[in-house]
Amino acid sequence: MNENLALIYQSLPYLLKGCAITIGLVGGALGLGFIIGIPMSVGQVYGNKYLSALISLYVWFFRGLPVLVLLFLFYFGLFSFLGLNLPAFTAAILVLGLRSAAYQSQIFRGSIQSLGEGQMLAARSLGMKKSEAILYIILPQALRISIPGWSNEYAILLKDSAITYAIGVMEILTRANFIATRTYKPMPMFLTCAVIFIILTYGGVKILDLLENKVSIPGYGERRSEF
Amino acid sequence: MQKDKNLVLRVEDIHKRYGKEEILKGISFEIEKGQTKVIIGPSGSGKSTLLRCINQLTILDKGKIWLENEEVTQTKKNINRFRQKMGMVFQDFNLFDHLTALKNVEIGLVRVKKIDKKEAKEKAIEELRQVGLEKQADLYPAQLSGGQKQRVSIARALAMDPKVMLFDEPTSALDPELIGEVLEVIKKLALSGMTMVVVTHEMGFARSVANEIIFMEGGRIIDQGIPYKLFTDPDHERTRQFLCKITELYGKSEEEK
Repeated sequence: MNENLALIYQSLPYLLKGCAITIGLVGGALGLGFIIGIPMSVGQVYGNKYLSALISLYVWFFRGLPVLVLLFLFYFGLFSFLGLNLPAFTAAILVLGLRSAAYQSQIFRGSIQSLGEGQMLAARSLGMKKSEAILYIILPQALRISIPGWSNEYAILLKDSAITYAIGVMEILTRANFIATRTYKPMPMFLTCAVIFIILTYGGVKILDLLENKVSIPGYGERRSEF
Repeated sequence: MQKDKNLVLRVEDIHKRYGKEEILKGISFEIEKGQTKVIIGPSGSGKSTLLRCINQLTILDKGKIWLENEEVTQTKKNINRFRQKMGMVFQDFNLFDHLTALKNVEIGLVRVKKIDKKEAKEKAIEELRQVGLEKQADLYPAQLSGGQKQRVSIARALAMDPKVMLFDEPTSALDPELIGEVLEVIKKLALSGMTMVVVTHEMGFARSVANEIIFMEGGRIIDQGIPYKLFTDPDHERTRQFLCKITELYGKSEEEK
C-alpha cells in the first residue's frame, strides 16, 4: 500500500501537468464553442431561412458523429489533407470547440426562444435596431437562463476531453496510462486520474453555480421552487 | 397630402392580411395634436394589429401612414427613427426583465438616443416621478405589481419624447383594483396635451378622456364620433349593441367593487 502511495506521490507533478493541459483544452474548446455558438443561436432564431438551414446542417453534422470519429476525421484526415501540421493539442481544441459550438448553440437557442416575443417587440418599439435589441435585451437574459445548461456542457466536455488520449494529447489520462503501463500499477494511477476528474468537474460546476447566483435577477427565475 | 401643422398622425387605407384572413380591410383616420382617440371593438376586430401597423412592428400590405407630414411607410430604412417618436404601451407590459425600473426607462435614452448616461438617468428618474414610481426605481419588474409595471412601461415610452402614444389595451392584464392607478396616469397624460391612440375596453375611461371614439369590427371602422354621440345616438345599430353589452358587463363589475 505504501508503495502505491509513494508512486502516486511521485507521479503527481507529472499528472498535474496533464491536468493543466486538460484545463487548457477544455477552456479553449468551451471558449471557441461559446464564440461560435452565440452567433449561431442568434442566426438560427433571427436569421433568414438559408442561414438557419446552414446552421442546422452544421449542428446536425457535429452532433451526429461520435467524438472519436470527429477527432480522427479532422486530425488524421482533414488537417493532414489541408497540409496543416497542427499539434495534437491545437487540433483537439479545434475539434472539441467546433463540436461544442453545435451543442452550445442549441442551449442558447432554447434560452432565446423561451424569452417570449414581447421583449423584442418592446425593444423595437423604442427604436432599437434588431442587432441592438439582441445585444442589450435578448442576450443578457438568454445567457443567464443558459448557465445551468452550460454547466452541463462543461461537465460533459471535460470528461470527453480524455478521449484526446487517442491522438496523443498529453492530458491526464494519457499520462496516467503512461505511468501505469511502465510500472504495471494501473489501479493507483487510474484512481488518481479519476479523482482529478471528479475534482475538476465539481470545481467547475461550483464556479458556474456561484456565477448563476451572482447574476440572477431578483424575483425572477428563483432557483428553488416553493411548490 | 396638404401640410397641416396640427396633424400628428394620419393613417390611410391600411390593409393587413394573415394568410387567408384579412385582418384590416382599409382603415383610415387622423389625429390632431393633443387629441385622444379611443378604439373599441370586440376581440379579433384588428385593433391591436392596427396599432402595430402604425409603428410598423407589423408590416402592412397596403396603405400609408404619416407622422407629422412625413410618410412612415415610404422608407423601410428610417423606421427606427419613426418608432422613437411613437411610444408604445403593451397589454402585457413587456418590461425588460433583467433591468431595474430605472434602467428600463433609461435604456432607450442611452442606447437609442445616445444621451449621456448622467443626463439619461436624471430624465429617467423624472419620468418615473411622473408616474409616481420614483421610490421603486431600483426594483426589478418581478418585484413590481402589475399596475406598477404598466406605469414603468408608460414612463419608458414617455422618456423618448414621443409625438404620439399608442396604448394597446393597457389595463386588460391587470387586477380590477390596479386598473385605476394606470388609467389615472393615462388621463393625466391626456390632460397634459399628449396625442394618444388608446385601444381599451374601459368605457368609463373612453367617455371621459376620448375626443373621439372609433368602433371597429371585422377589420373595418363601423362608427366614429364624439363619445356622447356614440353612447347616446350611434349611427349604427351594431355600435349600440356592442356598447350596451360592454357597459352592462363593466358596469356590473363596477358595482361589485
